[in-house]
Amino acid sequence: MKYALLIYAAPGTYKLSDPELTEAWVTYTKAVVDAGIFLGAEQLADTDTATSVRVRSGELLLTDGPFMETKEHLLGLFLIDVPDLDAALDWAARMPNAAHGTTEVRAVRSGRPWQAVLGT
Amino acid sequence: VSDPAEVVERAYRDEWSAVVATLARRLGDLQAAEDAAAEAFASAARLWGRNGVPPNPGGWLMTTAWRKAIDQIRREHAVAADPERLAESVGSAWGAGSADSAWPAGTIGGDDRLGLVFACCHPALALEVRVALTLRYVAGLSTRQIAAAFVLPEATLAQRLVRAKRKIRDAGIRFAVPAADAIQVRLDSVRTVIYLIFNEGYTSSDGDELIDTDLCDEAIWLGRLLHRLLPDDTETAGLLALMLLHHSRASARRDRDEQIVLLADQDRSRWDKALIAEGTRILDVAVAERRPGPYQIEAAIAAMHAAAYTFEATDWPQIAALYGSLARFKPSPVVEVNRAVAVGMADGPPAGLAILEPVLASGELASYAPLHAAHADLLERAGRRGEAAAAWARAERATGNEQLRRALRSRRDAVSSAE
Repeated sequence: MKYALLIYAAPGTYKLSDPELTEAWVTYTKAVVDAGIFLGAEQLADTDTATSVRVRSGELLLTDGPFMETKEHLLGLFLIDVPDLDAALDWAARMPNAAHGTTEVRAVRSGRPWQAVLGT
Repeated sequence: VSDPAEVVERAYRDEWSAVVATLARRLGDLQAAEDAAAEAFASAARLWGRNGVPPNPGGWLMTTAWRKAIDQIRREHAVAADPERLAESVGSAWGAGSADSAWPAGTIGGDDRLGLVFACCHPALALEVRVALTLRYVAGLSTRQIAAAFVLPEATLAQRLVRAKRKIRDAGIRFAVPAADAIQVRLDSVRTVIYLIFNEGYTSSDGDELIDTDLCDEAIWLGRLLHRLLPDDTETAGLLALMLLHHSRASARRDRDEQIVLLADQDRSRWDKALIAEGTRILDVAVAERRPGPYQIEAAIAAMHAAAYTFEATDWPQIAALYGSLARFKPSPVVEVNRAVAVGMADGPPAGLAILEPVLASGELASYAPLHAAHADLLERAGRRGEAAAAWARAERATGNEQLRRALRSRRDAVSSAE
């Protein structure tokens, strides 16, 4: 079985500069890797940098901000590596999900201390 | 030219946006670009008075701003070392030592400016955010001016801009001209932003607030910039022509008591003939390319009005036909209302009423005052006075503008008393 662990927190809960918290994430990541269960993990940029993409009647609709509708649930995620937001939005619009659901596009952070554990 | 303070001020007006555009593209970060530009202009204010104005002020500013930006990147990375990003930011386009090379004259702006326009108008940003970014960074207005023009607290607007700059940087919006397959969709967004700024200027001039920034002038300036950068794009030319033709009537839209004057009653000798000539010429060149679109059609309608010496001399059949074309490009009930008015003038009230019938039946525009005013005018001219009075009353209830409400009330009173 595979599981996705989705980390939710209220805005402002996490201070990226907090050394204790940073250490806790590094420790946690080491533990997951040492357990041999690690598949992949990313830290998303703030929700206010998100863009939501829908296609309705063939028309591309973009919304500035994260996807908030609570009736729908997060089904999964794709990690892709493309040059810029335009390319990412294009791939989001091509998802089979786009015509009835919503795909939230979020940039992924790099160079965080916990990622050094993974050698990335 | 001799007063350095004056030279700095003029350089700020002429070069600031271009300097920011070039830095933003190189750094991928509008905030960093803005900060570096601010430092460069501060240096200019300090040094030009003492050492004299350099022969190429724009190049001096660009070179200085670029050095400031690199200094800042070095400072940041001395704290949190990320050699890859440093190499990426400083290296690629410039190579070692490039930070010290001078910026030659006439190489600032250009494509960078167009890239900045596309970034500020990216459809992944909310429309009001695109408008604020474009006015701040492309047109170079201050946050205070933009906040005043949109009647917003300055802090709200400043916060909106900070968040937008962060999104552009962190979400990976590029300061670049989009690829050929995407450019039309992205250009639509740019034109929408510019036309929204123009319309905001047009309607806010009807309000009571005293506003020191003329958004119509800013929108026309942006339209000229976009037209200069993309001279072959016919819809961009159409947008510029449309704004110029509308703006030619600006001073005739008000009487001595600052009351709104409708098109039919305007003193046409007060229309700005230079703007009409310029708008018409730009439109003619675009139309000859035979790539029509809604902005060109709307500009053509405005040009038909501008060409009529009196309201009675208006070529209504031609205007009705143009609204027909517009409805095919951009079907909307609002266009149908305008078409009904034109057809009513060209072919008589019953023909106009026939077009209005389905719009009224759909109920979609029930709260749209111009629908009821158009309906009332057609009914009145068709001799159906009782129905006309009721329609004038509906128009009166739907309008939020006190001046217009008074005008509508007097139309209702006139038709009621004539009965």
